[in-house]
Order: sequence, then structure tokens, then C-alpha cells
Amino acid sequence: MTKKTLDPLVGPMGVNNPITRQVLGICSALAVTVKMDTALVMSGALIFVLVGSNVMVSLLRNLIPPRARIIVMLVIIATLVIFIDQLLKAFLYDISKQLSVFVGLIITNCIVLGRAEAFALKNGVGASALDGLGNGVGYGIILVLVAFFRELFGSGTFLGIQVVPLGLYAQHGGWYMNNGLMLLAPGAFFVLGLLVWLQRTISGYTED
Amino acid sequence: MPNSNRYTYMFVALMALVSALLLSLVKTGLHERQEFNRELDMKKNIMMAAGAYRDGMSGQEVADAFKRGFAIKRLSGAGRENVPAYYVYGEEPAPEAVILPVDGKGLWSTIKGFIALESDLNTVRGIAFYEHAETPGLGGEIDKEYFTRRFQGKKIFREGQLVSVTIAKGEMLEESDYGVDGISGASLTTAGINRFLRADLERFTPLLQGRAQQQEQR
Repeated sequence: MTKKTLDPLVGPMGVNNPITRQVLGICSALAVTVKMDTALVMSGALIFVLVGSNVMVSLLRNLIPPRARIIVMLVIIATLVIFIDQLLKAFLYDISKQLSVFVGLIITNCIVLGRAEAFALKNGVGASALDGLGNGVGYGIILVLVAFFRELFGSGTFLGIQVVPLGLYAQHGGWYMNNGLMLLAPGAFFVLGLLVWLQRTISGYTED
Repeated sequence: MPNSNRYTYMFVALMALVSALLLSLVKTGLHERQEFNRELDMKKNIMMAAGAYRDGMSGQEVADAFKRGFAIKRLSGAGRENVPAYYVYGEEPAPEAVILPVDGKGLWSTIKGFIALESDLNTVRGIAFYEHAETPGLGGEIDKEYFTRRFQGKKIFREGQLVSVTIAKGEMLEESDYGVDGISGASLTTAGINRFLRADLERFTPLLQGRAQQQEQR
């Protein structure tokens, strides 16, 4: 595979990240990143929907009637989202409760409709699948990173495992307290902002 | 062809058919599993309200513990149609706790929960909300432990009269056995809870008084 073929896959994972560069899909990035396990499941769900919708739209791209374009794409996306939501309720019930409405809100996530419209409508199935995967993973990386910091500083745990020694905490005689702000949305904003800043410093990208 | 009206209609109709068919198949196939999960979650919440749940219990442990320690009570007979099933924890006729289902309108959704009362049928042993679709981070905080914990030890009867527990808007002005601090930004959700909690407890009052009398007579 040439570098050019892999561009749609690799690009969004780094420089062209949907969240940090294009600033798309941040609503759920704030809500589900309190703990890492929910961020991971949410990312998995989004990757599934994004790849699925990109592939389907690409397969049908010469058949979709132009006047009903957006509606058709939305039906495809909605079907995929409902499908995965039902799967989660059946097999990962507790996590699906924590994710509550946010899996359903993938339908409104701009990344999905955005990639379908901007890429999958005009490209082959292979490239569209890679584009979906690349953007999904790029989104997932940011989600998990934000969740990592929020969980570490907000709860003192990593994937549910206590990493800050219990003895250090104030209620056990020490001095340390978890940062409550990290558990709330503003905490997510701060971490996300710092990540955007970091990424743009490294890549030298500015908006103008 | 793709531009004509007829094609557009047919395509969209076919797409709707395929999508609906697919999703119905999925739902039918998964329904039983989902129901099982929902019931298990309900049992877990009944146990949480009664203080019988420990963090990290597996699904099987919850099912077993529930079967061992809890009993469902259904009422029958005249005048009882309005009262749904409730639960007891421990041995009759003087169980450790009586758990009552409560539900009603929050801000956006129907909130469902359980309130557990100690054997005196007055002191709150715990409360748990297991189903709702309130605003995440605001009204949605009602299912968090830091909030439900506030109900423990509160009372619902004052000198034989039902007063229920009231969630304050913000912090309570003074200490009270009949009120708890509220949640910032959740005033409409908690107002709804205050309303339906009181209404449901009122419906259960004859039952509670009947049980209290029976216990005294022993």
C-alpha cells in the first residue's frame, strides 16, 4: 500500500484530528470522558458507526437520489446507531446506562454526517472505510486521553483501578484530595483546550 | 434516472423498509436479554436502597442475594388496586426494611426509584433512582451516591402525619429530619421528585400504618 492510499487513515489520527483540528464532535467528548471505560466504549461505538456509514454511503453513492441525499445518509446513520445502542443494552448494560443518551446522540455527531458528505459520497469503498476508521480512531484517541487525565485527577484511578495510594488521601490521614472540577464539564473543557493547544503547537497549524 | 421523482420515492421507500426490517429483527432477537438486564438492574437498585448492595457484586451474586433476602409483596382485594407491589428485606412479620417503588414526572422524563424504610416504617434507610432521562450533570445527578446518601436517617412521618422528605432548592435553611440539600441546577427535577415522592408515600400510608399496627400487636 502506498503512502497515498493510507492518507485517509493516518491523517485524522494526527494532524487532521477531527476534534483538535476540525473541532467537531466535542459535545460527547465532554460528557463521556469522566472515566476511561465509558470513553473507550463510546469511541468503539463511534468507530463502528463511522466506518459502517462511510462504507454504506460509498457503496450507494451512485444510486442515492441527489434530492434526498441528506435524508438517506441520516437514515443510514440512524439505523447503525440504533443497532449499536440495542447491542449495548443487551451485552454491556451497565456501561450503556452510564452512556445514557450519548450513544443515541452519535446520530447528531457532526463527524459522522460530515465525513459521509465530504468523503464517502465521492470516494471508493476502500478509501471511505479507511477514512471512517482514521477519523474514528482520531476521535477515540482524544476521548481516551481526556478521560485518562480526568479519571486520574478526578478520581485517582486508571480504568477503575486505584493508582493514587489510598494512604495519601486526607480522609486517611494524608493531604491529597481528588480534583472535583475534573469530574464536571468545565474540567473536560480545560483538558481539551490544553490538548488542542498542544497539538497545534506541535503541528504549527493556525486558523485564519 | 436517479434524478426523477419516481426513482427518489422508490429509493427512499425501499430504504425505509430495509432499515425498519433490520432493526425489528435486531430488537426481537435481543429483547429477552435486555429485559433480563433491566430486571437485574432493578433488583440491584432495590438492594442499594436497602443498603444490601456491595460495590462490585456480579450479576449472579445480585440475583442470588435478592432471591435469598428479599420478598415481593403484592396486595389484593378491594381498595388495593392502586398500590403496586413492594418489597421486604428480611423475615416477616418484622422485616429489616420495607422497600417501596416510587415514580413520577421529573423535568424531561419519568423518574423511577425505590425508597427503603427501616423496621419502624418511618426512618428512611436509603433511596435509589434507577431509571430516568434527566439532564446529565444536573438533574441527572439524582442517581449519584453523594445525593442519595443524604436521605439516610430522614423521616417521613411527623407525629403520625405523613410529611415525606423534601429536597430543598440549594442548601437547606436549617437542619431538619424531613429535608435534604438539593443539587445546583436541578431544581425542576427535584421539584418533580418532591411531588411524586409525597404522592406515592401517601398511597402507601394505609399499608404502612396497617403493618405498624400488626407489628405492635405482636
